[in-house]
Amino acid sequence: MNFDVPEDLRYLDTHEWVRVTDGTARIGISDFAQDELGDVVFVDLPEEGEQLAAGDDFGVVESIKAVSDIYTPVSGTVSAVNDAVEGEPELLNDDPYGDGWLVEVELADESELDALLSPDEYADQTA
Amino acid sequence: MSDGNGTDHGDAGGADHGDPGGTGHGEGNDGVDHGEAVSGTIYDQARWTDDGVYEPLLAEKDLTEVRIGGADDGDSGDGSGADGDSEGDSPLPSALTRESLELPGLAEPSVARHYVRLSEMNYGVESGPFPLGSCTMKYNPKFTEESAARPAAAVHPDRSDRSVQGVLAVMHALQDYLGRIGGMDAVTLQPPAGAAGEFTGISIARAYHEDNGEERTEVVVPDSAHGTNFATAAMAGFDVVELPSGEDGRIDTEALAAAVGEQTAALMLTNPNTLGLFERDIERIADIVHDAGGLLYYDGANLNALLGRARPGDMGFDVMHYNVHKTFATPHGGGGPGAGPVGVTAELAPYLPRPHVREAGGGYELSDPESSIGKVHGFAGNWLVLLKAYAYIARLGDAGLRDASAKAVLNANYLASRIDYEVPHGPFHHEFVASAGDQDAADVAKRMLDYGVHPPTTKWPETVSEALMTEPTEVENRETLDDLAAAFNAVAGEDAATVERAPSRTAARRIDQVGAARDPRLAWQDLGDLDTHP
Repeated sequence: MNFDVPEDLRYLDTHEWVRVTDGTARIGISDFAQDELGDVVFVDLPEEGEQLAAGDDFGVVESIKAVSDIYTPVSGTVSAVNDAVEGEPELLNDDPYGDGWLVEVELADESELDALLSPDEYADQTA
Repeated sequence: MSDGNGTDHGDAGGADHGDPGGTGHGEGNDGVDHGEAVSGTIYDQARWTDDGVYEPLLAEKDLTEVRIGGADDGDSGDGSGADGDSEGDSPLPSALTRESLELPGLAEPSVARHYVRLSEMNYGVESGPFPLGSCTMKYNPKFTEESAARPAAAVHPDRSDRSVQGVLAVMHALQDYLGRIGGMDAVTLQPPAGAAGEFTGISIARAYHEDNGEERTEVVVPDSAHGTNFATAAMAGFDVVELPSGEDGRIDTEALAAAVGEQTAALMLTNPNTLGLFERDIERIADIVHDAGGLLYYDGANLNALLGRARPGDMGFDVMHYNVHKTFATPHGGGGPGAGPVGVTAELAPYLPRPHVREAGGGYELSDPESSIGKVHGFAGNWLVLLKAYAYIARLGDAGLRDASAKAVLNANYLASRIDYEVPHGPFHHEFVASAGDQDAADVAKRMLDYGVHPPTTKWPETVSEALMTEPTEVENRETLDDLAAAFNAVAGEDAATVERAPSRTAARRIDQVGAARDPRLAWQDLGDLDTHP
């Protein structure tokens, strides 16, 4: 099975992705993750303003198969939360890199990005 | 699937409306070839529907207006409205009273048929094998129900000790039986369920440590343990330390030695464990925990494997609970009433809940242990459940209990040897965990329903991928075990498309779990508009 691994993102081995735009990191779960989980039925996300440290679990994704913690690849303050996924958790399945994003974080330390997996490294891991 | 809820509107609404079988009996499109897949058993569950809705509720079949307190209602000859034949007499504000209400007014035959239809759409251990792993779904013999139904068993819990000596004698004897079966010095019957027993046992451990002036903050739980163990430790205020299993599916004693210390209050352990494997190093495990000053807690979920052959107390356990609904054939309560007695060593006996039954002056009395943790349930526990457990143990006796565990273990090993799925580890005690391999264990379970058997527990423990956790218990004979194996093997040979749309021969068909989870309807009032669905 081939999973979508966009070239412009960085990844965690726990299947989260991060996209950085002007100091803001948008975070979601990968195509592989949503496929493994199956139909997502519930998403629990943090409040805006919450402080996260890289590696923290910041929320929960529940599918009919499993309940999984989600981890932040980077440290910073939560600046936006995608409320849409709380009402329509299927967005994580339908569009994991687009409308199914989870939170945005004001990056505290851009150098943390260097420690994350490149698209090739992540694709190898899920192959 | 197999419980009473499968017959109500909640599931009717949740059912997959795309089911090609519709409301018919699915001839020709369900993928079951009765001619060869299962020799012997052919299965179709009754399916009573009306306009796509399962057997309607009584209130949907008929509502007849009944006047309240109405002297004009010639039918009310029961005298119940005698005091209040005028609304003006009610002490309640008129906004809270009504002059009439609607009740089902069906004749007895209609009511009888309603309940028989519901029972026909159900599946239980009296329908066929029920090998739900770790649940020990043994048949509940009728004589235990008869014992509990005797008028003499119906005693008010507030009666004086002197006037209920027979009840106390039975409770005392059950304490004694359970103590001897588990190798424990004292037993409380009060906890109302297995999980409540766990909480009681761990609370006793905490009280013991506190009395010794020790502040111990951690409870160690193996990763294969029942979820209740983690919950119990957390509920009792401890930090939970999860212990990874060794490669052979058992406790890794080196990992255990590294995990325990002066902060360890207890290790919670099931033996044989969830994979059906006996913890061979149990004496070493007990030494490691005791040397650290901790206590050893035995989860009685799998006691059925040991009955009359080995005793937790002899292995070094200090506290244990008994699941009478598993090991001693009382009904699985589904929320109660139940019983989860707890046994302890003499050292911990002063902490047992109160009241406790003891011998006194040639009879029996309720007493308060000196350092009791207090009450964990009303009165002395759920007496009628305890009576059934007593009746079961008394009828089987030592020889019968030894025979039960022998057959439970033999049946598990026989069944494991007959199925095509890979079964790692082994030989086993009372249960085994097969792997569904490339198939989805939940789909396998749903498909097994089509073969007239209850499926095993699925997807747990997580140490075996796509787990099918299977415990046939001692009650099944060889013919039934062969039927069960045939059901496993038929599904093992089926393609994904067939398995993914199962079941198709049961009253409730494929449930829309995603729809139910995304749009939960948790009260009957929310179900109203489901009637409009096809």
